[in-house]
Amino acid sequence: MTPDVALIVPLPVLLPLLGATVTVVGSRSPALQRVVGIVTLTSVAVLAGVLLVVADRRGPVVAQLGGWAPPVGIALVADRLSALLLLVSTLVTLAVLVYAIDQRIADYGRGTASTTFHPMYLMLSAGVSLAYLTGDLFTLFVAFELMLTASYVLITRRTSASKIRAGMTYVTVSLLSSLLFLTAIALVYAATGTVNLADLAGRIALLPAGLETVLGLMLLVVFGIKAAMVPLHLWLPDSYPNAPGPVAALFAGLLTKVGFYAMLRTQTLLFHRDEPWNLLLVLAVATMLVGALGALAQNDLNRLLSFLLVSHIGFMLFGLAVFNAAGVSGAALYAAHHITVLATLFLISGLITRRTGTVALDQMGGLLRTAPALAVLYAIAALTLAGVPPTAGFVAKLALLQSGVAVGPWPTIVAGVVVVASLLTLYALARVWVRVFWGEAVAPLLDDDPDDEVVVGTANTPAAMYAATGGLVAVSLAIAVFAGPLSAVTGRAGVDLLEREPYLVAVLGAQS
Amino acid sequence: MTAGQRDEQVPFDEWDVPRQGWWLSGECRDSYSRTLLLEIATRTLFPTMLVFSLYLLLVGHYSPGGGFSGGLVAGLAFVLRYMAGGAVGLGAVVTLRSPVLLGSGLMIAVLTGLAPLLVGAPALSSAYLSVELPLVGTVSSQTSLLLDVGVYLLIVGAVLDLLRSLGGGIERDMQDAGERP
Repeated sequence: MTPDVALIVPLPVLLPLLGATVTVVGSRSPALQRVVGIVTLTSVAVLAGVLLVVADRRGPVVAQLGGWAPPVGIALVADRLSALLLLVSTLVTLAVLVYAIDQRIADYGRGTASTTFHPMYLMLSAGVSLAYLTGDLFTLFVAFELMLTASYVLITRRTSASKIRAGMTYVTVSLLSSLLFLTAIALVYAATGTVNLADLAGRIALLPAGLETVLGLMLLVVFGIKAAMVPLHLWLPDSYPNAPGPVAALFAGLLTKVGFYAMLRTQTLLFHRDEPWNLLLVLAVATMLVGALGALAQNDLNRLLSFLLVSHIGFMLFGLAVFNAAGVSGAALYAAHHITVLATLFLISGLITRRTGTVALDQMGGLLRTAPALAVLYAIAALTLAGVPPTAGFVAKLALLQSGVAVGPWPTIVAGVVVVASLLTLYALARVWVRVFWGEAVAPLLDDDPDDEVVVGTANTPAAMYAATGGLVAVSLAIAVFAGPLSAVTGRAGVDLLEREPYLVAVLGAQS
Repeated sequence: MTAGQRDEQVPFDEWDVPRQGWWLSGECRDSYSRTLLLEIATRTLFPTMLVFSLYLLLVGHYSPGGGFSGGLVAGLAFVLRYMAGGAVGLGAVVTLRSPVLLGSGLMIAVLTGLAPLLVGAPALSSAYLSVELPLVGTVSSQTSLLLDVGVYLLIVGAVLDLLRSLGGGIERDMQDAGERP
């Protein structure tokens, strides 16, 4: 008898949790912490790959925790969408961990251990995995809390008072959205008597139309805050730039996309509609334009990237708003691409800051000559984000544009805005190129805050930090090279999401 | 005393290692703030509360209680201890590093969740166990009791960590700033 593949579905959550406990208990041994972190995330990446293959061949893989069948028990579901995003997210998490470890070794030596970094990092990874896999609204809340609580620690850990003040914005806004989420769950439960997503899919459709709209909008606001959808994005450009390089990369890569994934999952599964969603189209336009225009006005490299992050959330919102299989699959492909490239750009920004000692664009220059490898990495990542052919960004953006122009006049106009926002992105990134890499070489500034954990203004950058960043660039390139099979997978995922039948049958059984 | 000097005395990574011996609340540094009544009451209540917390832990599967509430009651016992004896009084009874307690609790819980996979059952499944003990008779329980034990340790560890960092840490800062003797 072959072992049941459903058994491994909980592992991407439980293994990082186990790793977190090992790194807490073994916090006196930095070598143990490093090995456990890397081994755990590598195995999760392998598991995610297996789940993706199985889910693509045989349909969603469902694990019933404790053997309790849904809707009573909690189900973990790995379908094409969740397995794909889990795989990409874990690869990014792994690369960022390698980067962070090498940064720490370079700055503080092999002997220093941290009681908080590794455990919290793995906790966050467990929360992200749980958010992707859960088939239950309340467990989704738990996953968000796990992820956010770990992120509160990571963003305020060993830093200066002004940065903690900036971190407080993040904590406050996240707590507010969590409260709202909890309220929404309570209302959903009061109205339907269940929190299982598959069960809800049938029951929400039976509610009065007004109630259904209210619940849908509440969840949209909750996940809109987490995904940094304009006008709920204000917390993001104030908090991410203040986090240390690897942490900012992790947040930029994962957290907003987990919010978007939750939005995609709940809106397609629970609040099905047959035509484009005009409200979300408007919000997508606002998100794309506010983000891109905001990026143009920035002098701080990290703030600029944060605004671009917001802008490109709008692209995914557009894919969801179109509400056809092509749009949803385009959004899924874009999310996979966006996770990788944003994390890469924040890591590169960390490398640039490490060399120049500043994040201010007008105080650096000439890096093309002093750090050519960095210039190559930046150029590839920037072209990918801007969506220049033949990069992954182009493939993903093309999928979105094609979905939009097919369905009607308004989505076609918004597709035009996508092109404008892409051009603005390209302009903002080219501005960074001109300021940072061209011109006269500028001597590095001294570390203006020697007490915090991040060391900047040093030429001592280990090759492994470059290798980790280069690894992420390679993942981006791989998305472009394997665009055919990948968009075939997301295409099938999009059809699944809108049909809903495979998911419901897998979770609830054939009676649904 | 400046922050720099204090950091030399207590390296950052070792701030939570207990330095006091066992049971010396009589040598409490801030003797001016001692209350005799509370201290004596605590000596009586402390073991009672710990036993009650174990009771809650064990009956949790079928009756009100469980690892979380048991852990909270045990945590409250330590809070009482801290109220009566301050950071020194607390350090006297706890000679474990709280992150280790917290981490092993979570580790026990996660391993309990993972264990069913070894026999091919879904994660977090539990089984019914029954043992015949001499003199006591039949003792039966669910394997999920182990999960509860993990949660219990986790909660106690978390409360102790809070008392150390927020309670003891603030006391130390106040002493450094000269606001308390």
